[in-house]
Amino acid sequence: MLIKSDQPVEKAVRSRAAAMVALEGVSVRYRLPIERVPTFKEFAIRWFQRRLSYRDLWALREVSFEVEPGEILGVVGPNGAGKSTLLKVIARVLHPSQGRVVTRGSIAPILELGGGFHPELTGRENVYLFGSLLGRTRSEMDAGFEEVVDFAELWDFIDAPLRTYSSGMQARLAFAVATAEFADVILVDEVLAVGDLRFQEKCLHRMNGYSDQGATILFVSHNPGTIERMCERALWLSNGTVKDLGSSDRVINAYTSALA
Amino acid sequence: MRDIALMYDSARRQSPFVEEFRSLLRYSELIRQLILRSIKTRYKRSILGIAWTMINPLLTMAVLTLVFSRLFQFPTRTYALHVLSGLLIWNFFAQTSLAAMGEMMWSGSLLGRIYVPKTAFAVGALGTGLVNLVLAVIPYLVISLLLGVIPPATLLLLPVPVLFTGLFTLGVGLALSSMVLYFQDIQPTYEILLAAWFYLTPVIYPVGLLPAGLAALLKWNPMFHYVELFRSTVLTGSLPGLASLTAQGLFGLAVFVLGWWIFTRRARDYAYQI
Ligand SMILES: Nc1ncnc2c1ncn2[C@@H]1O[C@H](COP(=O)(O)OP(=O)(O)OP(=O)(O)O)[C@@H](O)[C@H]1O
Ligand SMILES: [Mg+2]
Repeated sequence: MLIKSDQPVEKAVRSRAAAMVALEGVSVRYRLPIERVPTFKEFAIRWFQRRLSYRDLWALREVSFEVEPGEILGVVGPNGAGKSTLLKVIARVLHPSQGRVVTRGSIAPILELGGGFHPELTGRENVYLFGSLLGRTRSEMDAGFEEVVDFAELWDFIDAPLRTYSSGMQARLAFAVATAEFADVILVDEVLAVGDLRFQEKCLHRMNGYSDQGATILFVSHNPGTIERMCERALWLSNGTVKDLGSSDRVINAYTSALA
Repeated sequence: MRDIALMYDSARRQSPFVEEFRSLLRYSELIRQLILRSIKTRYKRSILGIAWTMINPLLTMAVLTLVFSRLFQFPTRTYALHVLSGLLIWNFFAQTSLAAMGEMMWSGSLLGRIYVPKTAFAVGALGTGLVNLVLAVIPYLVISLLLGVIPPATLLLLPVPVLFTGLFTLGVGLALSSMVLYFQDIQPTYEILLAAWFYLTPVIYPVGLLPAGLAALLKWNPMFHYVELFRSTVLTGSLPGLASLTAQGLFGLAVFVLGWWIFTRRARDYAYQI
């Protein structure tokens, strides 16, 4: 599965033009100041004294893999393994410090929702604000509005300010907006954990529906059962590197027995 | 058939300066929503709502006129309009450049989660500033007529000073926004700076009042020119010469280009700062 890293990057990507998501030796480095320098004044003083020092934290190291069209790939790994970082680098949020990311088609990131809403605005106004942050046009949002509120089951509250929503209700609205449209590549990061059980089922159902229409899905979850049920293949991340990639039964087995 | 050729390739070499323009065009609805949000939240928070945008400069004008028109030995009417016109364009600059930073901070947690063209926040702030400016020009004209001062024909050229000042303001706002995620003290420091800058700009006093040496020094303050230009279109009608006008336009453009360059050069790294 892995492409050898000595292969020229250009050629490797082109030879597999069919992949929807391709990562080539991707590394992501967070640069943490050893002492926090929160003010410009302090920064200037330290810079002048040449006392600025950083600690590098590699959240991903030389990660290479590809996801085929229509595939649902599960991603597992302990806290801090780099799962969220992996989705961010694919979603174009983080630019890789090294290596190359190529994606095809539209991308819908469904990553730790919550931001993007304004507490004073109503649910309705927030649907439009959040939709526009996801790059949608007004006519797209008008067309999908009813469907969003239906899915979130929030018709009774849609004209109330968002600060009056429970966190579960906010998560439902966010999920409904983020998944309102079909996307070629869907990135899901543990967001299902927030809603109640019935809503979780509904979300999984919607994911499956998009998958049947041909969407490619990357699915991060701490629930091995869900991964086994949803995905044919799974990726096990550990300390920022790919520990295993293969059929989800095998990888989940190896992962859960390693935890035990 | 849907178009799935749309491709993102992190290794593609492209100028962030140009790429940002292209991205921003695709996100024009976001800019509209950001403007709507600022205006709506302001409207929801206060009873006076939108009217506050108009009343605020009027109150300031009234107080200043009472206090200063005598001091400066200025006819009360002219002084009132002098102050009000200066305040409108100064507030546009000060509030927009501050809001650009505020928007960037608001977006902070978001930038770590989804991709957005990050100039949208400063451009949205500029849009909000323009809406507020237009809302404030209306009561200005009413007051002007009530005081018996008919605005000069140059009023039709109002978009010119607004465009020049807008470019300058956006450039400043972008340059400041590029630092705001890194250092917490940028915004308070800038606020102090703005307070000083305000007094170095002939908003509440007439230029003629200054000693010649000081007036020559103030010519280095860009806002000096933009305030005077705005005032000449809405109040005095005495536009500067074509050469001076061109210089002011080019300067605004240059500051905008510089700000855009500073901001987009590091735009890729902002998400790492969250
Ligand atoms: N903004 C950041 N600045 C610095 N370090 C970060 C940042 N975000 C993540 N990290 C570090 O990167 C590593 C990977 O984090 P990441 O969020 O990708 O883990 P994860 O696999 O999603 O964990 P979890 O299961 O808890 O969600 C962690 O060691 C974390 O400390
Ligand atoms: Mg995570």
